Amino acid sequence: MLKVENLTKIYEGGVLALDDVSFEVPDGQFLVIIGLSGSGKSTLLRCINRLIEPTAGRIIWDGEDITAATQEEMRLIRRRIGMVFQNFNLVHRSSVLTNVLTGRLGYVNPAMSLLNRFPKSDVDKALKQLARVGIEGKAYQRADELSGGQQQRVGIARALMQDPKMILADEPVASLDPVLAHSIMQYLEQINQEDKATVLCSLHFLDLVHRYADRVIALNEGKLVFEGHPRQIDDAKFKEIYGKDAERVG
Amino acid sequence: MVGLAVLAGLFIYAYGFQVTKVDLEETRSERRQTQLVRILRALARPDILEYEKEEFLVDAPIIVGCPEGELNLPEPDTSGPFMTVDPPCADPKAQVRVEGFNFEPNTRGPINFIPLSQVTLQLGNIVTDEFGHFETVVQLPNRSPVPEPQHIQVITRRNVGAPRFTKTAHDTWDKIIETVFMALLATTIGTALAIPVSFFAARNLMKDVRSSVASISLSVLAWPLGIWLGMMAARQLHVLSQSLTTSTWLNVAGVVLLPLLAWWIVRWAVPATEESRPSFTLRMARVAGLLLAAWVAILSLYLLSSLTLALGNTLALRLGGFGFLGAFVAGLGDILGMIIATVVALATGGVISGFVGRVWRTLDRSLSPAAQQLANYILAALAGALLFAILGAMVDWFYQIHDAMRTLIVPAILGALFGIGLAFWVRKDDQVTSGLAVYYVARTILNALRSIEPLIMVIVFAVWVGIGPFAGVLALALHTIAALAKLYSEQVESILPGPLEAVRAAGANRLQTIVYAVIPQIVPPYIAFTMYRWDINVRMSTIIGFAGGGGIGFLLQQNINLLNYRAASAQMVAIAIVVASMDYISARLRERII
Repeated sequence: MLKVENLTKIYEGGVLALDDVSFEVPDGQFLVIIGLSGSGKSTLLRCINRLIEPTAGRIIWDGEDITAATQEEMRLIRRRIGMVFQNFNLVHRSSVLTNVLTGRLGYVNPAMSLLNRFPKSDVDKALKQLARVGIEGKAYQRADELSGGQQQRVGIARALMQDPKMILADEPVASLDPVLAHSIMQYLEQINQEDKATVLCSLHFLDLVHRYADRVIALNEGKLVFEGHPRQIDDAKFKEIYGKDAERVG
Repeated sequence: MVGLAVLAGLFIYAYGFQVTKVDLEETRSERRQTQLVRILRALARPDILEYEKEEFLVDAPIIVGCPEGELNLPEPDTSGPFMTVDPPCADPKAQVRVEGFNFEPNTRGPINFIPLSQVTLQLGNIVTDEFGHFETVVQLPNRSPVPEPQHIQVITRRNVGAPRFTKTAHDTWDKIIETVFMALLATTIGTALAIPVSFFAARNLMKDVRSSVASISLSVLAWPLGIWLGMMAARQLHVLSQSLTTSTWLNVAGVVLLPLLAWWIVRWAVPATEESRPSFTLRMARVAGLLLAAWVAILSLYLLSSLTLALGNTLALRLGGFGFLGAFVAGLGDILGMIIATVVALATGGVISGFVGRVWRTLDRSLSPAAQQLANYILAALAGALLFAILGAMVDWFYQIHDAMRTLIVPAILGALFGIGLAFWVRKDDQVTSGLAVYYVARTILNALRSIEPLIMVIVFAVWVGIGPFAGVLALALHTIAALAKLYSEQVESILPGPLEAVRAAGANRLQTIVYAVIPQIVPPYIAFTMYRWDINVRMSTIIGFAGGGGIGFLLQQNINLLNYRAASAQMVAIAIVVASMDYISARLRERII
């Protein structure tokens, strides 16, 4: 169970990114976060693994207060939270395999990892994850030689290396060709259903939301404006979430 | 408006003319122009090649003070070069016409008067024409007349055999090699040290490093303690290692076995993967194990240092012409021995300060808020006092004030007040961006170092290690560190933040983030900047000898001071060739790597 209580984030300069957001996510749920660009989706996801420090509020996961964890404790928490990014965030000049292995950095012996030495079991595991996302042949290529869709699969394989109990996916398909969106989302669904990982995913396209979400929360200017099943989003709700000028597409 | 700008420009350039003492009169003066021509001609003939010379001496008799009666002079041998003197006898200070035949065409040489005492007296110079003929009028010296014939002698030289390199050319070669290697060493040392420094001077890496006032204070307090402990440990281990190096076999065994032992302990103490947090006893046992491993590792490094030193010295004696290899190995051993103590001291400082900080973070939670606040004040006051006392001691060391009141007590009190003020200003739970403080300190030091040219730095180093290439290497290396660290850190600041975020999100620690997300992104620009610096260092090393840094500049300066412009020209040619070819090579390499 992930509990977010009264989460508020004010950036330096006074921008209010999250305004008193509270919600709960039961274990194993596929939660989709929707909202306009700048509505606070990315900030919310990054507050959960504290890549961004929240200004106020609490985040409690499996009874552990994430907001109160020290840096060292946070490291141990983060390694159980996989993250998938809109821009994939791969290290371009490193090989695909190395990129995937960075998902193990929280677990391996720090001294050995500095010399780029990983246990054989981890290398095997990385190859297995690459096979799982369908790009086993690319392990020794440079990451920037891959296409966008392939890079995002590497990103998912990297998150899988962490044996995550939770996946934070920040617009995982927004930088991809729309026809590739399902192929990526299916992997997230698979992780959610087979590995029983909780998934928090922010999305733009409503058809994707209908297809994958167990539950939806919507943010508008940092405020939680909707919480419920995707089917509950009618035209009135839609206008409330996306503003009066928005039109449904697709 | 425009008129005003023109007026201002006029004023500025007029003033510039005056302060830079532009003197067109001087450029037109006859005397300066002859000097310039002389120097340019000398520079155009670099002293690189020379020939073996054969000297030709041609004599013609002359009688000073014409005697009574017949002159009885031998006929010249007309088969080779010969001279006639007309008239064959003359009074002192009289002018005689000397004519030469069958000489080497187009040569020059002195024409001398050789009296009976054989002390040569130069009368002038001759130049032969294309048929080997010359004709000149010389004035006889003012000597009392002697009845015996004396001689007029012409010396000409002829090139024999193939050209060979002059001594200047050999010296220039030696020094240019020295110069190139000076640049190489300085660049290598500078790069090796600039890389770690550059991370501390990169804002994007440092801005997230935050810590509470209490933990900063604790690390400030723990650093000197750690350094002192480290120095003590290093000294004790050095003594211990010396007792082990009495036997070579023991030494070799130590060098081989001790690292294995340390490795084995480390493998035990730091498991490859750990899912859950281990028990307290196990953690303590691991800390003890790591301490032991560190102790063993340092000991083995000392043993390695003395073994390398001994090996190098033996090699230096045995290898003959390649003895410098042995000397190099010995030098490496010596350097290792020198840096162990420093590294151990600094590392212990870091470890102790990190450890104390961590202990404090756990302890801190069990204290009541009031006690925490009190502890904050006390620690901040102590740390401030210590910092300011150290600053005071530095001031005392430079200016030798020797007044404990002014250099110790007052600064300590000020520092304590400053610390309390800081603790008061920053509320208890707030974090200070200590990383940014480190960033600003690093940047300030780098900027200060960079603004001092190596030509000036070398003066200090020449005092320390003596005039010569080593001083040049040190000065260039120091400047390289400052310059490269700045360029590098700007590259670090411009990397993509995404991969950093991703690696951090996976639970990587700071060092792992640097190795996996930062370094792969900065390799190409780092190589490019290192090459660029190598270019600069080659240029710089050619003139650093002017200030006592060794290399070709030293020779060049000497020759300029001796007005030996042909030799100076040889060195300028060498510099031009080296700089141009290094430029070319590094440009080609850069193309291939990036």
